[in-house]
Amino acid sequence: MNVVFAIIAVVTIAAGVAAMSLRNLVHCALALTVAFAGLAAAYLQLGAQFVGFTQILVYIGAVAILIVFAILLTRGSEPAQQPIISSGWIAGVAVAVIVLAVLVYAIGKSSIRDSKVPPAAEVTVRQIGDALMNKFVLPLEVVGLLLTAALIGAVIIAMKEEKK
Amino acid sequence: MSPLAGYLILSAFLFSIGLAGALTRRNAIIVLIGIELMLNAANLNFIAFWRFSEHPEALTGIMFVIFSIGVAAAEAAVGLALIIAIYRHYKTTNVDEVNSLKG
Amino acid sequence: MDDSLDQIFVTLNHWLTGYAPVGWQPFVSAVISIAGIIAVFASLFAVTTVLERKGLGRIQNRYGPNRVGPFGFLQPAADGIKALIKEDVVPRAADQVVHFLAPLATVIPAFLVYAVLPIGRNMVLVDYDAGALFFFAVGAGTELSVFMAGWSSRNKYSLLGAMRAIAQMISYEIPLILSAVTVFMIVGSLSTTKIVEAQAGYHWFGLPNWFVVTPWGFAGFILFMIAATAETNRSPFDLPEGESEIIAGYYIEYSGFKFALFFLGEYLGLFAISGLGITLFLGGWHAPFAFLEWVPSWFWFFAKLQVLIAVFIWIRGTLPRLRMDQLMNFAWKFMLPMALINIITAAVWHFMQPGYQRWLVGAAMVVGPYILLGRGLMEGKKLEKRTYQFAE
Repeated sequence: MNVVFAIIAVVTIAAGVAAMSLRNLVHCALALTVAFAGLAAAYLQLGAQFVGFTQILVYIGAVAILIVFAILLTRGSEPAQQPIISSGWIAGVAVAVIVLAVLVYAIGKSSIRDSKVPPAAEVTVRQIGDALMNKFVLPLEVVGLLLTAALIGAVIIAMKEEKK
Repeated sequence: MSPLAGYLILSAFLFSIGLAGALTRRNAIIVLIGIELMLNAANLNFIAFWRFSEHPEALTGIMFVIFSIGVAAAEAAVGLALIIAIYRHYKTTNVDEVNSLKG
Repeated sequence: MDDSLDQIFVTLNHWLTGYAPVGWQPFVSAVISIAGIIAVFASLFAVTTVLERKGLGRIQNRYGPNRVGPFGFLQPAADGIKALIKEDVVPRAADQVVHFLAPLATVIPAFLVYAVLPIGRNMVLVDYDAGALFFFAVGAGTELSVFMAGWSSRNKYSLLGAMRAIAQMISYEIPLILSAVTVFMIVGSLSTTKIVEAQAGYHWFGLPNWFVVTPWGFAGFILFMIAATAETNRSPFDLPEGESEIIAGYYIEYSGFKFALFFLGEYLGLFAISGLGITLFLGGWHAPFAFLEWVPSWFWFFAKLQVLIAVFIWIRGTLPRLRMDQLMNFAWKFMLPMALINIITAAVWHFMQPGYQRWLVGAAMVVGPYILLGRGLMEGKKLEKRTYQFAE
């Protein structure tokens, strides 16, 4: 189990770093896809089958394609003439390093370090469906409304305006 | 170090990588990619805590992640539509140059 | 006797696995099953290429390939040798890494989805609890490979073809999944083995208990097959790769073995989605009539698969190509509402008592919107006889 986790961790972090630092935008988007796939493997390793497959279907099958289409529609695939990093980059990197340090310190100091491993739970899709229809029906309806609003809003924002 | 701590540290790394990218890159789409990476790191946190919790049959972690994936997809769609609309007006996706409201 | 012939491959697998050390046995058993799947479906691909060319040839009133081997049936061997020894031309301006990875990204998901198809009784590679979701998720992975192929060639037409192909694939993914949702709703599970088990048994009038025999199942099957034709970019939805329109679309710049890999990926995708259609609607490996149950289950699966492939080849030779806007209109304005109405029909069917009333109500709920929607969408079009204006 540890070997699998090490491979997943290395692949995902390498893909994340590549997604943030490559020059070519389309390469960044493809590296992001690899990071999503690594995360889906992590979810499957943790026993959350439904979430793992949903991650592949939604993120790799839809969000990555959206990002790629947007890169092409905004002429991002041509090589960039200016430097890719903005002028205030030191502050950004410093903030990220501080956040990382605080999180790792918090994890190290807490009781999570040496906690026991409870046995894995068998979660069927039927249980998820029952929960969605009984306990979580209100968030389900709200997410439906939200997705409809986002769909209509995105189409209206990106629509070409008519020349008056 | 327990497996839970391992997954949490992986998620912390992904979060800070996404944060660094979102704060330093000039192209608006890369900023959005960084935000997606941060959202995914948070999802990983939820699933890790769900797996190693006392009552996994309550399915709280899984439910949260399902809704989070849905909301993140909607937010990516709207964000990219905004970037396309801004590009149409300013002819650039550079976040440093879209500063008409400054000063 | 019939049970042992039915389970012959399972027994063969157990016997071969018995030779491995105990710790390695699950691994060896999986490898043997995977080798079997790859061998069977790759040879089915070879046979289908020659059958398709001969079938299309006969529909178009000509012979197909008939030089290589008896009646041309060794043509795949000749094609394979040609693909292997052809020079691999990569444009100098192309993105080398992505150009190399695109065929791999097409073929790997195409092979992965066979893991959840039940080919016979007890013959599924992995029985996931969310098996059908795995199929749709990995199937969505092929869309990104289409983009990689189109963009990395640095060719305007290739990129255009890739954009059109992706738009078509994501548009038709929604009716595909929605028409499958009716089956999941009725069965109550996403596991492919449970879906096949729910279609066991026979009606009182001799017909099997398959979902295609019900009104919502019939409509769902037709929607699923149309969406499957569009997902795998086959005629009449093959504008992205139409040879007479934009040459080869997103794989213009690929030659030799990489082109053969794309070809392989397309046909494997066709078999996989037909296999899923068989699992969901046509009863999987069940026999059609009670007196034919002695025939092995894997034979029925492949027989149904052959019938569906023949129907695909027939449609390819018969119908003209759809234009891009006609294609998108069809998906969003016709198939999506029909798929949603189908879900409601399946729900109404489930809650009514078994009897002739629910057949009438179900048929009315499917045929009525079909006619109304069809008439409504044809309203604005002027479809009179064409008049030509010649230079007089």
